[in-house]
Amino acid sequence: MRLTDFRHGVHPPELKSLTAGVPIRRMPFPDEIVIPLRQHTGKPARAIVRPGDRVERGDKVAEADGNMSVPMHASAAGTVRDVRLWPHPDGAYAPAIVIAVDPNSPQPHRPRTIPDWHGLAPKELIEAIRQAGVVGLGGAAFPAHVKLSPPKDAHIDTLLINGAECEPYLTTDHRTMVEYPQRVQLGIRIMMRALGVTRAVIGVEENKPDAIEALRATLPKDLDVTVQALHVKYPQGAEKMLIKSLLGRDVPSGKLPMHVGVIVQNVASVATIAEVFETGLPLIERIMTVTGHGVRRPANLIVPVGTKTGDLLAACGGLTPEAREIVFGGPMMGNAQADLDAPVIKGTTGVVVLTGADVKPRASYPCISCGHCLDACPVFLNPQLLGKLAMAERYDDMTRQHLADCMLCGSCSYTCPSNIPLSHLFALAKAALRKPKAA
Amino acid sequence: MTEPNLLITASPHLSARDSTPKIMWHVVLSLVPVVAAATYFFGVSALLVLAAATLGAVITEAVFGTRRTLWDGSAAITGILLALTLPPGLPMWMAFIGGAFAIGFGKLIFGGLGQNVFNPALLGRAFLQAAFPVALTTWPVPEGGFWELKGDNFAFPFVSPHPIDVVTGATPLGLMKFDQAGTELWKLVLGVTGGSLGETSGLLILLCGGYLAARNYLNWRIPISIWLTVAVFAQIMHAINPGRFPDGVFMLFSGGLMLGAVFMATDLVTSPVTHLGCWLFGLGIGVLVVVIRIWGGLAEGVMYAILLMNAMVPFINRATQPAVFGHATRGTPA
Repeated sequence: MRLTDFRHGVHPPELKSLTAGVPIRRMPFPDEIVIPLRQHTGKPARAIVRPGDRVERGDKVAEADGNMSVPMHASAAGTVRDVRLWPHPDGAYAPAIVIAVDPNSPQPHRPRTIPDWHGLAPKELIEAIRQAGVVGLGGAAFPAHVKLSPPKDAHIDTLLINGAECEPYLTTDHRTMVEYPQRVQLGIRIMMRALGVTRAVIGVEENKPDAIEALRATLPKDLDVTVQALHVKYPQGAEKMLIKSLLGRDVPSGKLPMHVGVIVQNVASVATIAEVFETGLPLIERIMTVTGHGVRRPANLIVPVGTKTGDLLAACGGLTPEAREIVFGGPMMGNAQADLDAPVIKGTTGVVVLTGADVKPRASYPCISCGHCLDACPVFLNPQLLGKLAMAERYDDMTRQHLADCMLCGSCSYTCPSNIPLSHLFALAKAALRKPKAA
Repeated sequence: MTEPNLLITASPHLSARDSTPKIMWHVVLSLVPVVAAATYFFGVSALLVLAAATLGAVITEAVFGTRRTLWDGSAAITGILLALTLPPGLPMWMAFIGGAFAIGFGKLIFGGLGQNVFNPALLGRAFLQAAFPVALTTWPVPEGGFWELKGDNFAFPFVSPHPIDVVTGATPLGLMKFDQAGTELWKLVLGVTGGSLGETSGLLILLCGGYLAARNYLNWRIPISIWLTVAVFAQIMHAINPGRFPDGVFMLFSGGLMLGAVFMATDLVTSPVTHLGCWLFGLGIGVLVVVIRIWGGLAEGVMYAILLMNAMVPFINRATQPAVFGHATRGTPA
């Protein structure tokens, strides 16, 4: 079969060798855990604990607020210290539950709060996944139960599992696929049952041959699940690009994958769905890569959700003297962190610590109309024109130039020889357009 | 753990290794063989004209431009390219003024790097051609020793150049147009003909352009489109009247077509940003070159063809917006 691909995109250096071969290990419990109430796309959860309350590992500490929301759970046993504003990984201060971890607790697996999956009907599976607080672990943290409940008129024929992991540095999904292929397969089985689909395709970039091999060796005999190697190209893991690459389908502008009969779920989320049913514990920890030349011992770790950045880095030997910038997520789309107290959340795919040499300031030049950004844009926008409009604050003209289709992947900024912060300008324009207009 | 002095920047936190100065200096580098060939054919006169035009361009950039763009190499490119369109015997003061005009009125007056509509080097040449028509059409033949001047390079500014006893002749295009005389192909390809500094070795220009195209520093669609258009159009005219119209191969290798197609038309700033736009841009230049050469009053048409198409670039860009992913139609112009 000919390997299909999406058009355009960029080829950043992979930089994954720091952690690609490092087995996943569990980090020790920190002294304090911070659970922000907003960790997902949708409405923040509502806290149901008060300062002084005793919580066990896996206890629900915040309730979902409506359907487009998920509950939060304590990732360690301890005492609620406070419910207050706390530095959030997105840069703002946001409400969070602060838990003092009980140093004497063995942090046991409690009796299961999530039922066994075997006898469950699709609806019950989805409800259990919702109760477990599962969201997409690929970055956007979209509530999993919403994705698993497409409207009746959507005809879903294929479940796509996103194992592309096209961001440089990160090996979170890679190690998950290599070390827990059975769990990935079980998660796919559960999702296929919940969705009622008969076909699943796992897409993995071909720079992870061991992951492809592990998944192929564990494919279920009774289900139509296949593993497809993908070209190594950024942003191969973007939902619309992945659907184009694997199925050749174009998701119409402003529509969701379900409009072309597809549900996409990240491979780590799929493994987590399986884990939730296996252990009976909700989503309270996740696998993440801590890497970059700014950290002493790059690692792939199982991290309690709510672990503060400083504690996480300390578990990796701390920062090197050259460390200059701490990024949550991959270097292409990730957020720089201002505060070592900001906790990792469900959607944190990794922490990359860049050095002074990595982030050396570069001069910015005027646009020379080279057109490289047009060749890079995976959704075929004209970033050159959009950039000029953004600098003139002509945001309504940007809307007419399809700014809404921009997913802020950063390919244009990456490729720009004049070092114009294009995707940053587009993010600002999107924010300005979201604000209600003054009368 | 000590709190490091953290940097906060917007994503992406990685960038490709190209930078605007790097692209510009690579273009300068790729022009070195062309300059060397010009020096081989025309001796010290070539170096004098090159130095004067480049100095004129760089000094103007230094005086009137911003500090940021002084060392990015773009002014040097303009000066060198302008010199390559000039006859070797041109007085240095004229070349200097040409370089100053190219940067001052071709680039800075529009707002500097990236803002200009027209190719600055060609605008400089158009100015010189209007101001000094005789000096700009005196073509010494490439012979004589290295130290032998090909004209009064050292003429005092604003006085008529001293006539110097050098062999001048018509360019191959002039011969074709006004005398209906052909030139052997090998001479055209290697550049052993009369003409401007850079309209000599087509082969060398092709190699240098290939290097830039391989590094993605020029859009190869532009020269290919120009050459295809010129070759096909000229060949059709040649088939209609072989006695009057030259064949396509002659058209390709004569005059400034090679230099213009590879180094002038592909100027990033003044060419379209879309690939389809680049094909159309080249098509327009190709048609204009043949029309001017065959029916115009001038022997050479590359300069005006490119300048005219430069003016069309904003329209071409609007008309060739890419079709956005997931949309049925092409983008609408702003």
